[in-house]
Amino acid sequence: MSSYPHAPGFVAGDRPKVVTSRFEYTDSFTIERYLATDGYAAIRKALSKPAADVHEEVKGATVLGRGGAGFPAGTKWGLTPQQVWPRYLVVNGDESEPGTYKDRLLMERDPHQLIEGCLIACYAAGLSQCFLYIRGEMALAQERVATALNEAYAAGYVGKNILGSKFSVDIVLHWGAGAYVVGEETALIESLEGNRGMPRLKPPFFPAANGLYGQPTIVNNVETLANLPWLIRNGVEAYTAIGTKTSPGTRMVAVSGHVKRPGVYEIINGTTTFRDLLYGEEFCGGIRNGNKLKAFVPGGGSAPWFTPDQLDLPFEASQVGPAGSMLGSGAIMVMDETTDIPAAALTLTHFYAHESCGKCTPCREGGTWLERILTRVVNGTGTDADLQQLIEVGTSICPGDFPHASNDALGLSAVPFPYKMTTICFVGPSAYAPIHSALTLFRSEFEARVTKRITIPVTAVGATS
Amino acid sequence: MSRLTDANVVIAKEIIGRYPRPKSALVPLLHLSQEQNGYITREAMVHLGELVGVTSAEVYGTATFYEMFRFEPVGKYLINMCGTMSCALMGAAELMHHAEHKLGIKAGGTTADGMFTLAHAECQAACTEAPTLQVNYRYRFRVTPTDFDNLVDDLRAGKLADEIPAHGVLAKVRQRIPADKGVGAVAPEDVTEGPAWLDGKPAL
Repeated sequence: MSSYPHAPGFVAGDRPKVVTSRFEYTDSFTIERYLATDGYAAIRKALSKPAADVHEEVKGATVLGRGGAGFPAGTKWGLTPQQVWPRYLVVNGDESEPGTYKDRLLMERDPHQLIEGCLIACYAAGLSQCFLYIRGEMALAQERVATALNEAYAAGYVGKNILGSKFSVDIVLHWGAGAYVVGEETALIESLEGNRGMPRLKPPFFPAANGLYGQPTIVNNVETLANLPWLIRNGVEAYTAIGTKTSPGTRMVAVSGHVKRPGVYEIINGTTTFRDLLYGEEFCGGIRNGNKLKAFVPGGGSAPWFTPDQLDLPFEASQVGPAGSMLGSGAIMVMDETTDIPAAALTLTHFYAHESCGKCTPCREGGTWLERILTRVVNGTGTDADLQQLIEVGTSICPGDFPHASNDALGLSAVPFPYKMTTICFVGPSAYAPIHSALTLFRSEFEARVTKRITIPVTAVGATS
Repeated sequence: MSRLTDANVVIAKEIIGRYPRPKSALVPLLHLSQEQNGYITREAMVHLGELVGVTSAEVYGTATFYEMFRFEPVGKYLINMCGTMSCALMGAAELMHHAEHKLGIKAGGTTADGMFTLAHAECQAACTEAPTLQVNYRYRFRVTPTDFDNLVDDLRAGKLADEIPAHGVLAKVRQRIPADKGVGAVAPEDVTEGPAWLDGKPAL
């Protein structure tokens, strides 16, 4: 087992590789290497079939969206209204969820695989222009994708009459300028139109019906699209043979924090458990210094936290959801017994308060309130009333019982947390998620931080004559 | 001189031409302007408005939403120190404290010689390599206080000039779509029929 020095963070292993198969080569990002390792064979194969057949294959393989919501890509493509043209593809490479990075590695290490994935999606779903939106801070990813696109255009894999066929599509590289909320698909579209990146109200209109320039638009995550070349080359049966029926294929997961070998791993979907990942010798190898595990965030900064009790859950949305959290974007952050829980929660709440776009009042005001109150508590100047205040502000952003993870009884198994919120997007509820988890699981740590100041009602002063 | 130079106007027009609507090019053009001047000036926003056909107020509206755009000069090297959860768990606060001491400035400040601006930053998508920082958006992983000192010394001595360009320059490679290879952008209202390859037959 080795970790490749040129892809810091990625840890290889003796497991099926769907999206990281070229990471072992130091020149994995060049077109020469890509062509020498089955590159652009998938688009050739796809073009030899009618577009509808390719769409059926992707549907049949149930390629779950890897961006956070886990919505199957093939189904999403089918939601565009009939006979409305043009339709666009927008690639979401604005990866910025705390704890998450896999899209950055896929763009830096194998940009041609992503480009081929985009071509397959455009062909199958009849999308006539593709915009590849890369996060602004990722300079190397922008360079690698720009170079790859220039190579692909020169070689005739992108552009007019691809491989001499009647399939033509432009892929335009677009880059952001630093805003977490732009990872939300409607905010991404706003940003791509040259506006402030604020989410649009939905429903009624989802991007598949009314997206970029008001046209049907498919927004797919980088990792989702990177799965497609392998799928088309090897077929649906080979793809669904990996993982489980409901979560086929592999998944890239970043495990960070207090583990011995933090890294990005390509794991088998649906069967690998959190215990395998955190303690397995081929994965993280246990908690640092032989410490005990205190808690972990299972699916990116927005996800409600788990404790060692949930270690045996597999990477399967239908099991993690009812347990009260979500798999989200495939990011696990591990806290050992030495962790100061209120301070850890504050780093996340600060993040979401800072990244609020300001469109919805509960998030704009509430996020900042939560941060200020929690800062008081962490600094030791808070009061008992502050703990109650945190809950009150939080439930104003996402009312009702929390977490609202997938609820089979209500038929909401595909909906990650929370389904009741007073904001358009998940940034607001995400500011409260770490506080709720930390307060529920480790309330005593908060109580130990607050000073037991006794407040005297004003009317009582001087009334004792 | 903070309008785009003639050479940059050529690049700007090329970028605008890739989108069905010119305003879509605004964020890339703001980056181009920041690359030229190191930050975004008022005149630049007026010029970009002229290029994409919107008012300078709209350009200002868009520009101020995004954190990477600066409206005042910053140091030649902008050091963004990640402080979100994974980095915080691995000692980001201590590293920031060390950085402030080393550079003699508080986070948010710029050194007197104009070389360094130190800033708090949010998650940089390198969480397993904590604590991380970016210098002009180029990564440094698992940074120790000694690493930080060496980095600052090397930057001062100009040893990293090849790898790390001055603030404003993002990707050093631009996308180029050759005229004979590109399909070209069409305004959505001018598209009347579906793609040619959706005729139920193989495209090849």
